[in-house]
Amino acid sequence: MKDEKKAAQIPQTTPRQSWTFSNEMNSEIRRAAATGIYDIRGGGSKRKVPHFDDLLFLGASISRYPLEGYRERCDTKVVLGTRFAKKPIELDIPITIAGMSFGSLSGPAKEALGRGATLAGTSTTTGDGGMTEEERGHSNKLVYQYLPSRYGMNPDDLRRADAIEVVVGQGAKPGGGGMLLGQKISDRVAKMRNLPKGIDQRSACRHPDWTGPDDLEIKILELREITNWEKPIYVKIGGARPYYDTTLAVKAGADVVVLDGMQGGTAATQDVFIEHVGQPTLACLPQAVKALQDLGMHRKVQLIISGGIRSGADVAKALALGADVASVGTAALIALGDNDPHLEDEYRALGTTAGAYDDWHEGKCPAGITTQDPELMARLDPMAAGRRLANYLKVMTLEAQTIARACGKNHVHNLEPEDLCALTIEAAAMAGVPLTGTSWIPGRGGF
Amino acid sequence: MCGIVGLFLKDRSLEPRLGALLTEMLVTMTDRGPDSAGIAIFGSDADDEGKLTVQSADPARDFAGLAEALGEAVGAAVTLEQKDSHAVLRMPLGALGAARAALGELRPGVRVMSAGDIIEIYKEVGLPKDVAARFEVSKMSGRHGIGHTRMATESAVTTMGAHPFSTGPDQCLVHNGSLSNHNGLRRELKREGMRFETENDTEVAAAYLSHKLDQGLSLGAALEAGLEDLDGFYTFVVGTKDGFGVVRDPIACKPAVMAETDQYVAFGSEYRALVNLPGIETARVWEPEPATVYFWNH
Amino acid sequence: MQTFDLSKSSLRELNATLHAQKASTNQTAWEIANPRGHHAIAVGLDAPIEVTVKGSTGYYCAGMNKQATVVVKGSAGPGVAENMMSGTVIVEGDASQYAGATGNGGLLVIKGNASSRCGISMKGIDIVVFGNIGHMSAFMAQSGNLVVLGDAGDALGDSLYEARLFVRGSVKSLGADCIEKEMRPEHLEILRELIERSGAPARPEEFKRYGSARRLYNFHIDNASAY
Repeated sequence: MKDEKKAAQIPQTTPRQSWTFSNEMNSEIRRAAATGIYDIRGGGSKRKVPHFDDLLFLGASISRYPLEGYRERCDTKVVLGTRFAKKPIELDIPITIAGMSFGSLSGPAKEALGRGATLAGTSTTTGDGGMTEEERGHSNKLVYQYLPSRYGMNPDDLRRADAIEVVVGQGAKPGGGGMLLGQKISDRVAKMRNLPKGIDQRSACRHPDWTGPDDLEIKILELREITNWEKPIYVKIGGARPYYDTTLAVKAGADVVVLDGMQGGTAATQDVFIEHVGQPTLACLPQAVKALQDLGMHRKVQLIISGGIRSGADVAKALALGADVASVGTAALIALGDNDPHLEDEYRALGTTAGAYDDWHEGKCPAGITTQDPELMARLDPMAAGRRLANYLKVMTLEAQTIARACGKNHVHNLEPEDLCALTIEAAAMAGVPLTGTSWIPGRGGF
Repeated sequence: MCGIVGLFLKDRSLEPRLGALLTEMLVTMTDRGPDSAGIAIFGSDADDEGKLTVQSADPARDFAGLAEALGEAVGAAVTLEQKDSHAVLRMPLGALGAARAALGELRPGVRVMSAGDIIEIYKEVGLPKDVAARFEVSKMSGRHGIGHTRMATESAVTTMGAHPFSTGPDQCLVHNGSLSNHNGLRRELKREGMRFETENDTEVAAAYLSHKLDQGLSLGAALEAGLEDLDGFYTFVVGTKDGFGVVRDPIACKPAVMAETDQYVAFGSEYRALVNLPGIETARVWEPEPATVYFWNH
Repeated sequence: MQTFDLSKSSLRELNATLHAQKASTNQTAWEIANPRGHHAIAVGLDAPIEVTVKGSTGYYCAGMNKQATVVVKGSAGPGVAENMMSGTVIVEGDASQYAGATGNGGLLVIKGNASSRCGISMKGIDIVVFGNIGHMSAFMAQSGNLVVLGDAGDALGDSLYEARLFVRGSVKSLGADCIEKEMRPEHLEILRELIERSGAPARPEEFKRYGSARRLYNFHIDNASAY
């Protein structure tokens, strides 16, 4: 009795969780031990990485003169594919929709993406599953992805596309192939991909009939010959070695380079891939721009950047660093209705919460977007969702214009790295812009 | 990433045409490698004569009086034959090592392209047809030769970064593909005393093979060992004093076509490199198997 | 017979001319002289025309073919008839890597040997090879038929889906999840029909059938070494 009383008087240290063995990490160890399979999920990197948030625009005052909002012109049009294509694509806004497959997304979701992009005057992109009538029909401008799997690939769709995107890599998984698990291989998806229903489909990571830039050059020649040299040919790369890969894509004959940083999403892949392979978008972009500049091709071969683009500020910063267009994937899905808090009860029932739902491969998406379940799919109204997407794209454009005008630019492309400063040393080093309040660019001198 | 051509002559009457045939093959591979080009020619063996092929960015300055200066340094007769930015230095075989050492002192700007009894290597930045013309490759004769057109992937577009790479006497190697473990291997080879001029992955493969040959392995055994130790994608063509060899990695997706007649064995990254060879219509044409070493000796 | 000489006119002119042929054309027979290993010859055709290439071709000859019959009187480079939809492609000589890759339909006949990755990722095409095929052939092949009169190289049918593989000669090794299967009457019938259409000098009874064991269709950790 006396001992107990004494013990109660000794102050206890607060139980301390390990940083290394965090609750989250421990839960993953238990999950792996119980299931014997790596964690598969959708989306992009969730870890905190240096991003466009760490950059600020300087704005104009006395040394530079701003433009009047809404009154003085600030253009946003972009032409893609001016290098070789007979029919370049003209976008009204410097924002486009990234490739997302039918299969990973529902038919109504693809339709909504097409509707939204068209309303906003921009293009949308197919994915690893072929072209659907929904998206071709509702997309004024449609980019047709040419992927290692070649699911649904055919010359008719190639000819009715507005551009062709040869996909070499993806920011979520540079060096990896696609993945679509059995729950989502419905009859229609199976038919389009010519696969047995219900299997776990793993797409190839390399193209079946070419490897490396010397072969890619010949593949691009073939695609141009098949399509009469009309279509812009994009080459999409993941954020692996962007300087070299951009250089080689240009050497191989690309009209447009699409660069996807590690925050870029995927329908499904290993979590270890998403979080541990690839470079942040902010780090990738200047390397690609440098490659284009070294080749004398900056703004001649257009550069599309994607991976964690969310706002007009992100768009403006991407353009200032040298991109021609920013591309949105995850953000577009959120605009359609993905991870919306009004579905919180249903997310809870799936063991997650709104904003964190990433088990897209399971096909149980309460919003009816990342699913092939007919009942869930029917929840998404493609017209209303398309309208939301168009609104969002327009808001981002207005935001980017607002910033560009504040910096005195009559075209958003006239934004420059010199209009930026960085809040952190990391971002300053990656973006190649000075740390705010200094002229210091880490690695390049200054004070 | 590149185009490779190679020609091994069985019929000695074709020897005067080796350079002309190889040049034509090389130029056909321009699309695969527009950045730089190079060629290794294995000529006839003159008794007790050794050759250094050297290159300079400032040949007028570097090559003036070089033969005399080297001759003095090594105590033997040295001749110099200049070809554009390159020069072939001929001397008694036994003087090669000393000459090479002296060269570094006398002309620090001069780079050694190759050394040996018969090998000559010419390589420069530029389109294959221009490179071949600068060195008048089409006028050269020889018993076998290897050419390369380069589309640089990660390392710099420079003269020294062009192929062929020569890291041992009368040896050279060209490569199409991309190695994935060359940095680690370079560190190991450096510790073993090998010297490197570039950051190029191919130079590591060349040095690896030279190192194995130095250790007494046959070329065949060295290439077999390479299949274990070199990771990544490659089609290699290797030249030695006696002949040439071909090996592809186990995945073997970089292209390779071979043709054989009574007169020659030819290698091309694509069939179109071979279309102007005599008798190609009736040649045996095939693709080398993965992870299989092929070799032809005179 | 129309002749097109690639030493005198460009590849672009050739393909544009062939693309201009519609179903109603009366110019159905075309001959292409001096191909000399050029790439992308007769790609993207979509008319019932007959094209004879007098010589050897480079990469992707007859790529994405629809309806047309393309005959190569020589050898074909990598990716001949890649992603073919319909029609017929005949290679009189050998074919390089990736022959018939990702093909969706039609018939590809190779009278010589085919190199590695023949029929990789095939999606419904029929391929008949009179000679041998190289390693990794029918890798991830999804559907269609691959008939080989000679021998198959290493790792035949690795990660195979529902394509049927028929080999008369030896198989150096089978890839992951590829097994020999029973030859049933319906398979003999498929073979009979393909032998007849391709003119292959063989009898259906001489072949063995290989297909997917379907063990890798759904991920299981104990199969991890096979992935």
